[in-house]
Amino acid sequence: MGSELMRGKRGLIMGLANDKSIAWGIAKACADAGADLAFSYQGEALKKRVDPLAAQVGSSIVLPCDVATDESIDALFDELKEHWDRLDFLVHAIGFSDKSELRGRYVDTSRGNFAMSMDISVYSFTAVMQRAEKMMTEGGSAVTLTYYGAEQVMPHYNVMGVAKAALEASVRYMAEDLGKDGIRVNAISAGPIKTLAASGIGDFRYILKWNELNSPLRRNVTIEDVGGSALYLLSDLGSAVTGEVHHVDAGYHVVGMKAVDAPDIDVVTKRKEG
Amino acid sequence: MSDVADRVRKIVVEHLGVDEEKVTDNASFIDDLGADSLDTVELVMAFEEEFGIEIPDDAAETIQTFGDAVKFIKDAQ
Repeated sequence: MGSELMRGKRGLIMGLANDKSIAWGIAKACADAGADLAFSYQGEALKKRVDPLAAQVGSSIVLPCDVATDESIDALFDELKEHWDRLDFLVHAIGFSDKSELRGRYVDTSRGNFAMSMDISVYSFTAVMQRAEKMMTEGGSAVTLTYYGAEQVMPHYNVMGVAKAALEASVRYMAEDLGKDGIRVNAISAGPIKTLAASGIGDFRYILKWNELNSPLRRNVTIEDVGGSALYLLSDLGSAVTGEVHHVDAGYHVVGMKAVDAPDIDVVTKRKEG
Repeated sequence: MSDVADRVRKIVVEHLGVDEEKVTDNASFIDDLGADSLDTVELVMAFEEEFGIEIPDDAAETIQTFGDAVKFIKDAQ
């Protein structure tokens, strides 16, 4: 993708876990287009994974942040300001829910996990944008990640689907609030990708297979696919796009029923497993 | 030494950055090879990809050692 599209632009990537992460696909696309990047991580286990990836894209700004507390988010931006006087874009790739509630019935969701899922997966983006806004003095662009489970019922996605619906709504409200300052806020609704986070979702392999067989493009999406679309939203190519939930899902969201040529899913998954 | 064991060992050595000699049948990923909880998930994902199999969560929890992993994968194939 090597271009000058993002030359001179500075972006903060939050939520990178490893080289399978969607955040990594986005970071690489932005770096290839000339952007300067900073990364935040939560905890030492993630730091040791983020450090070498940051180095790969020429970044040495790797800062801790636990989005569960305002103090930690404040500290992140205070530190970031010591490196940069301005921020141009931000990627929010953070979500969390108790894995044991990402299977079975949504209706059984506990109060505690509901609150935590909403806090980490939804409010964290709002809280981060409160700080990022102040550094986006020449306008800016922010992208968060969502999933079709926010719009339609997906097996096992449960409370995360409800949280993503709230996240998408928050994108629209922030687009309005921040638009006057030239700050755009969008979401990418990516098709299923086998990431560390996805390993917590029940029957993920089945979901992948179903999407591959039934999406209009008859394939799954890659982190590079998402990176390309994010580059459009984060760069000036997307300069009049805000408040949008952009589907990067091989077209799956337009489908209403199993494809005529898709084989019976049980046959497919059993043959593969057997 | 079986092909499966070689391929599993290669993944473990590369992922955890440990010496090949340390990856014995009874070597525990966490206790002996320095894996953290994310490493164990990443290893399971790498095994799934390498061997084209599915390792469900409850099975993944029983894979504590190199020998456990080799046995599970052989049985699954």
